[in-house]
Amino acid sequence: MKEMILLLVGAALVNNVVLSQFYGLCPFLGVSKQVKTAASMGLAVLFVITIASAIANLIYTYVLVPLDLTFLQTIVFILVIAALVQFVEMFLKKSNPGLYKALGVYLPLITTNCAVLGVALSNVQEEYGFVQSVVNGIGTSLGFLIAIVIMAGIREKTAHNKVIGPFKGMPVVLFAAALMAIAFTGFAGLI
Amino acid sequence: MNQYLERIKNGIITENPTFILVIGMCPTLAVTTSVSNAIGMGLSTMAVLILSNLLISLLRNVISDQIRFPAFIVVIASFVTIVELVLKAYIPSLYDALGLYIPLIVVNCIIMGRAEAYASKASPMLAAFDGIGMGLGFTIALTLIGSFRELLGNGTWLGYRVMPSVYTPIGIFVKAPGAFIVLGAIIAVLNGFKIKNNSAKKVEGCDGNCCGCSKNSCSDRKEEQKANA
Repeated sequence: MKEMILLLVGAALVNNVVLSQFYGLCPFLGVSKQVKTAASMGLAVLFVITIASAIANLIYTYVLVPLDLTFLQTIVFILVIAALVQFVEMFLKKSNPGLYKALGVYLPLITTNCAVLGVALSNVQEEYGFVQSVVNGIGTSLGFLIAIVIMAGIREKTAHNKVIGPFKGMPVVLFAAALMAIAFTGFAGLI
Repeated sequence: MNQYLERIKNGIITENPTFILVIGMCPTLAVTTSVSNAIGMGLSTMAVLILSNLLISLLRNVISDQIRFPAFIVVIASFVTIVELVLKAYIPSLYDALGLYIPLIVVNCIIMGRAEAYASKASPMLAAFDGIGMGLGFTIALTLIGSFRELLGNGTWLGYRVMPSVYTPIGIFVKAPGAFIVLGAIIAVLNGFKIKNNSAKKVEGCDGNCCGCSKNSCSDRKEEQKANA
């Protein structure tokens, strides 16, 4: 139990997926204009990563390893993720239209979020078991959720600030991300 | 011949994937801790980009519109796996240094973006040259960022000591925050030049950022432009 909590906290804060490992930067920079949309994106990612890391682990252990096809992991995982995102989208559309409306636009974007494939591959690399993989997936996506919501909060607050010409737009966002990354290195002593 | 050169210039300058389009950020920031890693990543991505552009362009009349995304993904993932195995066999030091970021080339938006925006509509040769141009643009951008980070954070360039021994390396530049600072500063400098030349062109409706783009943000941008105009 203690190990799992350490893994969760480690994945969410210490090795924050966006700010120290640089997975999932595209949505982090692209969909962080408003807290509300950022939170929806974060939740959609949480949902997909959790399921994807579970399924990827099962496929790896029970299909790829017995057949000695582990070198195909990249192709198999990305197809699983793409299919999963499609499936989740269709499932939500039928079963929970409210949630679908909230997440709808963001779901297709998740396929190209490197965090999803990154977690699936690093689970294999670290030789995590099924439970560890899922916990690592939840921790990582919680880290993504935290980072993107904080970023959106900062951008909402500073949206109307006066910025010197060349720094308008992306540069100022990148500098804010740099300050956040410095703050997050403070978590390094946590475990 | 001219149109081929134009493709290369387009990739390096006009539509530089990193500095102008701001796509494919994950590897850009993650592997630029040293110049050698940056060049290795840039060239691996370029190889995948050229091959996938070429094949997708050759198959453009075979792949039907509805299934084009899964088809692109399979093509790209296959080439990435080939590059991964080649690196593992012949340049193991680079393979170890880049680690997980090699398989993650699959989800690099530059490749998917070029497949969708260019290769699926152009002739094979043009598509391949587009891949070369984009790949060179990406490699140059990565090398530039890597140079700043290695020089400031380590005092070396490509492993050779450049800075005088009095210089104390600023460690933060090879850590995560340094990546954001260097990229932000470079884009700010480029923006400064653009404002000076007054040649800043706005892209209609879409900024080309396919990963960060959602229908929402596109329509937001259109409204913003309408409001500005």
